[in-house]
Amino acid sequence: MRNPSDLRLSNAGSPCQVSGRRLAVKALCALPVSLLLASHMAWAAPATSEVNTTGLAVTDDTVTVGILHSVTGTMAISETGSVQAEKLAIDQINAMGGVLGRKIEYIQEDGASDWPTFAEKSKKLLVNDKTAAVFGCWTSASRKAVLPVFEQYNGMLYYPTFYEGLEQSPNVIYTGQEATQQIIAGIDWVVKEKGAKTFYLLGSDYIWPRTSNKIARKHIEKLGLTVVGEEYYPLGHTQFNSVINKIKLKKPDVIYAIVVGGSNVAFYKQLNAAGIKLTSEKPLLLTISVTEDEILGIGGENIEGAYAAMKYFQSLDNPNNAAFVQAFKDKWGKDIVIGDVTQAAYLGPWLWKAAVEKAGSFDIDKVRAASPGIELTTAPEGYVKIHENHHLWSKTRVGLAQKDGQYKVVFESADLIEPNPFPVGYQ
Amino acid sequence: MFDEYTMSELTSILAMQGFAGLILFSVLVLMALGLAIIFGQMGVINMAHGEFMILGAYVTYLTAKLFETYLPSLFDGYFFVAMGLAFLASFALGVLVEWCMIRFLFKRPLDTLLATWGLSLILQQLYRTIFGAREVGVTLPDWMMGSYPLSETIEVPINGIFVMVLTLFISLCVYLLMFRSRWGKQVRAVVLNRPMAGAVGINTEKIDRYTFGIGCGVAGVAGSAFTMIGSTGPTSGQLYIVDTFLVVVFGGAQSLLGTIASAFTISQSQSTLEFFLSGSMAKVITLLLVVGILMLRPQGLFALKIRH
Amino acid sequence: MQERAKALFMPRQDLIGFAVLALILIVILPLILDVFRLNLVGKYLTYSFVALGLVLCWGYGGILSLGQGLFFGLGGYCMAMFLKLEASDPVSTKIQSTPGIPDFMDWNQITAIPWWWQPFNSLTLSLIAVVLVPTLFAFIISVAMFKRRVGGVYFAIITQALAAILTILIIGQQGYTGGVNGITDLRTLLGWDIRSDNAKLVLYFVNCILLFGCLLIAQFIRKNKLGRILVAMRDREERVRFSGYDVANFKIFVFCLAAAISSVGGAMFTLQVGFMSPSFVGIVPSIEMVIFCAVGGRLSILGAVYGSLLVNWAKTSFSESFPELWLFAMGALFIGVVMAFPNGLASLFLRYIEPYLPAWYHGKAKPVQPAEVVEKAPLTSTDTQPETATSKSTEKQSDETVPVNSLEGGVYVD
Repeated sequence: MRNPSDLRLSNAGSPCQVSGRRLAVKALCALPVSLLLASHMAWAAPATSEVNTTGLAVTDDTVTVGILHSVTGTMAISETGSVQAEKLAIDQINAMGGVLGRKIEYIQEDGASDWPTFAEKSKKLLVNDKTAAVFGCWTSASRKAVLPVFEQYNGMLYYPTFYEGLEQSPNVIYTGQEATQQIIAGIDWVVKEKGAKTFYLLGSDYIWPRTSNKIARKHIEKLGLTVVGEEYYPLGHTQFNSVINKIKLKKPDVIYAIVVGGSNVAFYKQLNAAGIKLTSEKPLLLTISVTEDEILGIGGENIEGAYAAMKYFQSLDNPNNAAFVQAFKDKWGKDIVIGDVTQAAYLGPWLWKAAVEKAGSFDIDKVRAASPGIELTTAPEGYVKIHENHHLWSKTRVGLAQKDGQYKVVFESADLIEPNPFPVGYQ
Repeated sequence: MFDEYTMSELTSILAMQGFAGLILFSVLVLMALGLAIIFGQMGVINMAHGEFMILGAYVTYLTAKLFETYLPSLFDGYFFVAMGLAFLASFALGVLVEWCMIRFLFKRPLDTLLATWGLSLILQQLYRTIFGAREVGVTLPDWMMGSYPLSETIEVPINGIFVMVLTLFISLCVYLLMFRSRWGKQVRAVVLNRPMAGAVGINTEKIDRYTFGIGCGVAGVAGSAFTMIGSTGPTSGQLYIVDTFLVVVFGGAQSLLGTIASAFTISQSQSTLEFFLSGSMAKVITLLLVVGILMLRPQGLFALKIRH
Repeated sequence: MQERAKALFMPRQDLIGFAVLALILIVILPLILDVFRLNLVGKYLTYSFVALGLVLCWGYGGILSLGQGLFFGLGGYCMAMFLKLEASDPVSTKIQSTPGIPDFMDWNQITAIPWWWQPFNSLTLSLIAVVLVPTLFAFIISVAMFKRRVGGVYFAIITQALAAILTILIIGQQGYTGGVNGITDLRTLLGWDIRSDNAKLVLYFVNCILLFGCLLIAQFIRKNKLGRILVAMRDREERVRFSGYDVANFKIFVFCLAAAISSVGGAMFTLQVGFMSPSFVGIVPSIEMVIFCAVGGRLSILGAVYGSLLVNWAKTSFSESFPELWLFAMGALFIGVVMAFPNGLASLFLRYIEPYLPAWYHGKAKPVQPAEVVEKAPLTSTDTQPETATSKSTEKQSDETVPVNSLEGGVYVD
């Protein structure tokens, strides 16, 4: 676990505060600068010696970044979307002229769904290839494996997955939600709108579902409601008939499901087969682990009627998202679906670009200092902003799964929700 | 823990839990049967077993797509066609693999283990290249979804019944084939004494090839059936492989009856424990029981006495 | 015979082989590689401990274990537990709800270090545990199996099942073991930062020294009467048994030894890589380690080192350039080695290179023509033939002479 004071120290020089007025003032001050910068860039990019003082892989017209995901092994199922999104973002940035006048080149490494391989490859990307940033990792285990490497060699990782929180590294920007962002608004919604009183918590047996359920349980109990059961199954478990019987016996209002991977498919298929029709909402099912990507394998007819609490759904209706979905399909095929993590992965290169341009340098320390306060108005999910704790301010949305494998957005939190990786009172 | 429930609720849950155990039992038997045939009769461990299952699943996926596009009127019955095709595809691949790999390693059973592991890596990557890294969803005909209400409170999943019937059917076929047919007699003769079987005119090479093929074919059918209850992706085969090995080892490798007995023991203890404890603990306790028994009886529940 | 065995503990060829390996590992590689690559080589070398153990128990003893990752992992975990306790002092964990315990315990609402973690507060006890725990484990498994004459393929899949079970146990008990993440973020060993370049260099050499220690032990066994009994037992178990040896005890011994050697590799892995995760305990790494051994040559103790270096180097460079192709290549390697070169690189060396080496390499012993040896040598190695001759003969005709035969498969039940 990181000590947050480290981070505060490293960010002490950051001029960025979240106060709206100061932001506006700053934006005004920045305007001529950015105009100047833009005109400057049109002629010639800033000299390499200025923007790269630490020996990163930056030349006069290119900058090299790393993409580190599993393209083989069990996690390739999930990570493929992230790789595609990151490549798309890099292509788009290059088409717009690159970062500080430099085209982005990427080195892609395969983590092979194996955590030590992730550590080895991340070290290669930082030490050998001197990449200016790395976009990658999916599971918490892979992030934990590469974290010491990034801290030791001072790299910058953009990590796309929603995860359990309890972490805050100066060397990672978390573009997915930490647990409270995903959980609390979702539960509040289901309590308020659906009148839920009893919950059954279910998850795969590892750190993310366990931590998330712990937060969910605390929150449910704070609201004065009851948890009637809590269960964990080993990763890759494929037989859920017993737990389905238990659910039938306990008759909860809500099944809160955080099942992942291949188990997911088995769980929803068996739930459907056991006669629990999710569309009738008796019980209602709320998940935080099934994105559009997973529904491909589960099959829309098996999960129709379930609710998911995420920050992004492919069906989001806004111009940013329409453009993003179109570009994604143009590049990767018309049948492709886009899930929450894919969108978060897409944000990575853009957030990095914004931070580099704000810092006027590729140096990791300067990019880190510039990162808090970076805003992205072009994000497919809408507006996002980097918090001082390196997570994103983002909205929570609830979607209703449709038969065609898409979600219909039924709720959207009014404000951006503050990321809080170390939630007090939920530990 | 059950104070707050009425008697009838409890009875129906117990009944459904009994079914859950039986379904798990069928699933385990179906998974392990193919492996047990190959191992029991040839002494070869097929590490690519899971990949043969997934081949069956992908064949089912393709068949579903074909029926959806060209024969939507017959979609209700596609699953039977798909299972037949899955058997044929896995059988053909099995025969091919035996022909170009296994037969050369016949005197080195440990090496077949490594070679088939290599095969499994190649197959996984092949699936990934052809079908993409993401999982595919296999659409089922409507009649196979949902549950069948036995009484007002007891509901049985239809796909569970389907798997149970299928397991019975396959087991019966294997039984007839192994113990009631001429071919089965020849297989057993080869197992007991290969040179002598060859001397009396049995074509042992052919027997080996088809035994391997049939084992793989059964795996393919299992994979096809599991599209109803599980996922289909390049690496899904790995989800099943541990359980499969466990069932075979625990049963005593060379006995089909042992495989069935061990599937029954493991499934019943697991589903009972799952009901009273949490899922992970149930798995752990089941595994520990299996290890404990294996320590006391390493040759498995049923061990054939074979002369070498 | 006895006298000759002593004289041959390190025949000239082996001596040269050891010297060349030492030259490569201790002089050449550190000179030409930067610390990052050297650290990678160090990581690969930890696998060669396992491969070496497999040469002993599989190549010589005929016992194929597909669960060596279990011992590698246990050794690594013992080391990791010590390092984790050191990393979790109350100061650096003060933001936890219970400071002073490992972070993953805190996340799982455990408030005190469990009793079986306590011994790992001491480095001495931890180092003892690194070797003792896996060996004890191996002892229990092997006594249960070999005393009942379970062997061959059946033994292989039981070890595999055990590896799978241990993985599930470790993942399931994440409050005590770190679960699927493993034990991560290990920083110091008695206050010495193991992540610095300097430390990596030192650890690399420590690793090499330990590896050579294990290689010497293996060489000793190979050249001793014990080694010849193992080979005899592998090829004609019944004959050895009827000659009055207790076959089971020899098997137990060699299996435990292989486990102990693997566990040293595991501990060195933890030190050099900085974490330990259950992904090393399961089926996949266990089988991969067998292939390192097979590529190097299952009868060659030096081959184990070259095999693991080569396969891992190929894996790293292949997956850097063609990640998608890597699995095809790896699969083909498995099949190719097993089918075409059952004795791996070592057999290629013995057949194509050794006969052409100058006379000083062969020393006093006359260079023997391979063809001649095959005529003289019996089909399988016995304790009457010198080792060089047997390895030559075994590589000549793979199907008949590979040290495996019908005895290897199946379940032995009397």
